[in-house]
Amino acid sequence: MQKENFLWWSAVKAGLLGGVIAIFICLIGMAEVFSKRDVIEKVITLGQFVLLATIVGMGFIASRRTSGILGQNRPLHNLSSGLIAGLVTGLMLALFVLIGLQVNLRAVFLNATTPLYNILTFGKGAGNIWLLPVIGAVGGLSGAAFLLLPDVYRRPLTRGLIFVIFMAFFSGLFRVVMINQGPGMSAAAKSLFGQTGLTMGGALLFFFGIVALSMLWNYMGKGIQTRISGLPKRGQISLRVMAAILILYITLMLPSVSGAFISQVIVTVALFILMGLGLNITLGFAGLLDLGFVAFYAIGAYTVGLLTSYGPFGLQHVSFWVAVPIAVLVAMMSGAVLGLPVLGVRGDYLAIATLGFGEIVRLLAGSDFLAPYFGGPQGIIGIQKPCLGILGPFVRVDVPRVCNGIELGTPQTIYFVAIASALLIAFVAWRLRESRLGRAWMAIREDEDVAEALGVNLIQTKLLAYMLGAAFAGLGGAIFATLIGSIFATSMQLLVSINVVALIVVGGMGSIPGVIVGAIALIGLPELLREVSEFRFLIYGVTLIAMMLAKPEGLWPSQATKRELHHADAENVTAETLV
Amino acid sequence: MSKRSYALLSVLVLASLVLAACGAAGPAASTYECTDALGCVTIGPSEPIHIAYWGVLSGPDSSLGEDSKRGVEIAIDDKGGKLLNHDILLTTEDAGCTPEGGATAATKLATDTSLVGLIGSSCSDETVGGIAALTNAGLTTISPSNTRPNLSDPNRGPDYAGYLRTAHSDAFQGKAVAEFAYNSLGARKAATLHDGSSYAEALQQVFADSFTALGGEIVAQEAVAKDATDMKPVLTTIAAAQPDFLYYPVFVAVGGYVTAQVRDVAGLENVALAGSDGIFTADLLKGAGPNVEGMYLSSPDFSAFTGDYAGFITKHETKYGGSTLSTFHAHAYDAANILFAALEKAAVVQEDGTIYVPRTALRDAIYATKDFKGITGTLSCSASGDCGAPVIAVYQVVDADPASWNPADTANPNPKKIYP
Amino acid sequence: MRTSLSERLLDLAVSGFLWGFRILIVAVILIGTIATIRTGKYTGEQWTDFVIFGISQGSIYALIALGYTMVYGILRMINFAHGDIFMTGAFAAYFLATWMTGTGFIDNNPVLGLVIPVLFAMAVSAGIAMLVERIAYRPVRNAPRLVPLISAIGASFFLEYAFRGFFGPGKYAYPPIKALEGSWTILGTSVLKIQVIVTIAAFIMMAILYSIVMYTKVGKAMRAVSENKDTAALMGIDVNRIIVSTFALGAAMAGAAGVLFSLVYRQVDFFMGFTPGIKAFTAAVLGGIGNIPGAMVGGLVLGIFESVGPSLFLEGIGITRPYQLKDAIAFTMLVMILLFRPSGILGERITTKKA
Repeated sequence: MQKENFLWWSAVKAGLLGGVIAIFICLIGMAEVFSKRDVIEKVITLGQFVLLATIVGMGFIASRRTSGILGQNRPLHNLSSGLIAGLVTGLMLALFVLIGLQVNLRAVFLNATTPLYNILTFGKGAGNIWLLPVIGAVGGLSGAAFLLLPDVYRRPLTRGLIFVIFMAFFSGLFRVVMINQGPGMSAAAKSLFGQTGLTMGGALLFFFGIVALSMLWNYMGKGIQTRISGLPKRGQISLRVMAAILILYITLMLPSVSGAFISQVIVTVALFILMGLGLNITLGFAGLLDLGFVAFYAIGAYTVGLLTSYGPFGLQHVSFWVAVPIAVLVAMMSGAVLGLPVLGVRGDYLAIATLGFGEIVRLLAGSDFLAPYFGGPQGIIGIQKPCLGILGPFVRVDVPRVCNGIELGTPQTIYFVAIASALLIAFVAWRLRESRLGRAWMAIREDEDVAEALGVNLIQTKLLAYMLGAAFAGLGGAIFATLIGSIFATSMQLLVSINVVALIVVGGMGSIPGVIVGAIALIGLPELLREVSEFRFLIYGVTLIAMMLAKPEGLWPSQATKRELHHADAENVTAETLV
Repeated sequence: MSKRSYALLSVLVLASLVLAACGAAGPAASTYECTDALGCVTIGPSEPIHIAYWGVLSGPDSSLGEDSKRGVEIAIDDKGGKLLNHDILLTTEDAGCTPEGGATAATKLATDTSLVGLIGSSCSDETVGGIAALTNAGLTTISPSNTRPNLSDPNRGPDYAGYLRTAHSDAFQGKAVAEFAYNSLGARKAATLHDGSSYAEALQQVFADSFTALGGEIVAQEAVAKDATDMKPVLTTIAAAQPDFLYYPVFVAVGGYVTAQVRDVAGLENVALAGSDGIFTADLLKGAGPNVEGMYLSSPDFSAFTGDYAGFITKHETKYGGSTLSTFHAHAYDAANILFAALEKAAVVQEDGTIYVPRTALRDAIYATKDFKGITGTLSCSASGDCGAPVIAVYQVVDADPASWNPADTANPNPKKIYP
Repeated sequence: MRTSLSERLLDLAVSGFLWGFRILIVAVILIGTIATIRTGKYTGEQWTDFVIFGISQGSIYALIALGYTMVYGILRMINFAHGDIFMTGAFAAYFLATWMTGTGFIDNNPVLGLVIPVLFAMAVSAGIAMLVERIAYRPVRNAPRLVPLISAIGASFFLEYAFRGFFGPGKYAYPPIKALEGSWTILGTSVLKIQVIVTIAAFIMMAILYSIVMYTKVGKAMRAVSENKDTAALMGIDVNRIIVSTFALGAAMAGAAGVLFSLVYRQVDFFMGFTPGIKAFTAAVLGGIGNIPGAMVGGLVLGIFESVGPSLFLEGIGITRPYQLKDAIAFTMLVMILLFRPSGILGERITTKKA
């Protein structure tokens, strides 16, 4: 009997949690804003979907808990706990609407408005309140039922659903890109993607397509895998070569096919990869927590700006290709200069000291005091684009120089410069890691005293870590300045440094593929999902926490980090016990 | 290579050929031949006319962007949501009041070939970052609230060919405030304070130059960081110079703090305070408290609006349930209507309802706007993109209660216009 | 091992550089100060004003720094979300105070009108901090140092933007207490009433915190846990409960700081905790992290230098519009302390391993 009560209570708790989450979503305005965007046009809006997902999700979790408590799946119990959880969530929402219609919640919570209640009650006000618990119950039930499905069906269904949501989010992008390809693609685009979401046809196609593919892979996947590994060595190599050629081809064709916006996003991601690789050396290899990384980015950008600008602040007028190595050198030296004072400083103090440096650089660059040199609040504008050819002479202020050759002025063309740099630096970083210097860095990261005792020159090694990290960041800044064509000190914020730290931790510290994955996840996705930009940072925050709870070693960790963290995990309270 | 690999490879090659072919195929045959140098936008019979608003829609200055966006939305409503028998679809893009935000927003918008025209941006920085992408894609944008002088300067460069604005240039605003201070108030020693934004820095410099040209003396020019909260030290430094007039054309964050703290600083108890359109909002009264009473604020002259501004305000109250958020809603309304008028002129409508909008023709039609009867005045666009009717007035806050904020009220306006 | 010539030269160069750096900063300070005083631009009264402004700003930093230092002492983690806890306290107090002003309560009972919102803010902040600890920090307590840091950054973003979602991006005006407007004349100088109240309130709370930590059982347990978690557990201390209490206590201080801040500067918005958070952490490091009196001293020193610095040294050496670089002074001071006295002004109370 006690176990029965416990089960009830656990289901109710799940429901309460779901209710809190759902009300939270309403109060922060997500329900309203997302209602303007559809998942499937004219069928279900994103707002409704999010709330429904909360309910179904809670049902699923309640069901899983029940299985955990009972030790096995007992359909009746699972379903009823899902039902209860969903019901409680629905009841809480209904309660919220009831209270909201009586009391003026808007005095405190901006979003507790009539339009919100209308969304929750499908436009009919208090009369429709009974709908909410009903939807809750049904949703919870389906969530619970989902758990009971055999794996064979569950995985494809989940994948299909995720794919549909993914396509719904990016429908705008796909639509625009495909329309630009020509009439055939254009018609296809319009039948799959509506203006604000997927069309019914598109959704069904994607869902069933992935479910089918997924089930097919289930049957044939193992077979294909064994056959590939059974191939003779030459066969395997040629497969890999073909894969590489394919990737190369896509990389080269991508800018022209996908257009300027996606190219720009990729360039931004590539530049963050550059910075991430730099910080990966300073922090990932050498363990020096540098929160002022944006300073080096700024120095690289300003150097290129001052050297190539045809605006009023251009000091010299050299071409991009000459300015960039100079910028990298200047950044490297500044890495040494900023690293020297903090050589003896430890872990967390280092963090705040370097943070301070980053801020000092930003303040000085934007100050009125140094405005005659750095442009002050007005910034440096008119940065000359790279020219594959001969650059015409400098005419006068505010007139761009003529490029006799190919001017790499658009995101699609700068794309190649950015990708090439990223590949080059990734290679350099990889070689560095395998070198003696790399091993010296890792020794310092583990234990400075022992490293010193083993003959590692602390000063030299640390300085080199700062310098190389700074050099990479400077390169990133240099290319970014050219992409935007202007630099303002207000862009060199602490937020950039935090982003870089987050992306290498989320991607996997010390791991080069990790940096790439982290950049795509933390920089690329938010840029592409600009429609939900209002909640971008909220989702960013939740993602960071979730990642640290679930997969602290990162998305693509290096072997060492994986071992380290999973050893520590054995003693940890994991996220499972929270929910 | 094994047979399987060959098969795979040939499939890949085939796929890419198909992709390339799709890209190379020309437009569908139609009765209309698009001869426009920048291309045409094709709008099918059942498709909406797609315009976009880009500006600052997130962050502390979002009231500025939100306010202008509402102006556009009301303009659409006034057209019944339809133009040339097609629905009008308004999408938005957030540019974050930064140049890279503007660049990203502009690049994203530039890829969308269904767009006919744009209203935006909100902050001058956004335009600096993004205008090249828009112009090069053949798009034209009309800004309701950029005020940086050089954006509509005759020597502004080819990147700005697609840029116009209905807002005034700060070259006028700074001068108007200087004249007010010197002539109306009789001030001879003025001090300025800016918050590190390019808007504030440029505007206070225009003021300083004009004030000096009139014969006055600038005794102090100080600056603080945007996130500064304790203004008393910098105000003490200003007090040491003993000014009669303190001009801080900043945004709400710094403006509120300065106004709240200025009277507590020895030496500044009686100095005249002035700000500009960056703080022409009820938010200033909220943050500044009782000290804001008597403060001067410069802004576009609402009473010089020749059109039905009162009607606009009523519509705003009905639709959004409150008074306006910032200063440029009427300018946005006019910008949208200028765009609609130009669309009606330049669009080629077929019998089946398909519309072709030649981009250069549209751009030229916008530039050719003459004697357009907008709310903000009778507008004509210059060749360098200036469509604004720059009449700047100085208002004085008469009541520090934020709920009483209503500059458009004819009976009891707060703030009240006092100059010219 | 014998160090090679190049290594010795490098060492020499580095020491030389560091000494040069120290001398440069000291020179800037001295020259600037002398020059400014020579021009006689400011009266003695104005200098006193600068110092007073600094003290009141500094005491707010000190209150927030207390939370940082306590959590760092126990968990060795930088609680990035602490500045946002400060913000939550300010919001909580704002709503309560607005309601109380509306009913006229505040005007009739100025003392209660100050104390009740502070208590409410402390409770709300403590509650939110405990939630954050439970969800974002406890599961990753034993992970390598960077993992809780990223989790804290995530929590910080979450709090900021959740509050933005709830309450909008605009600024709210904290209702002033009429009885506290105006100034008193103390020792011949005119000081704002509200600044005095805020400074005194901050000191009272710091004193309370100090006595809790020093003289109560809970405080002793906190100190034990910060010395060595495992040994404390062996002594029968419920480590989890103590950690939660530490968070709660630190958060309560931050919440109170939020109210005091809003009383002086009058504006409440979702992002208000970001910069004070960073400054407060700087103050904690300045004073010696893990050291409670150190946090107080660090906060006051930071506040005073920020207030006096731009006019005292920067103007003297000819920097125009020096207040833009106010934060630069704060951070340079931090670096100076780390160079001259790495364990902070009052030194650390806890020992940490290197790296």
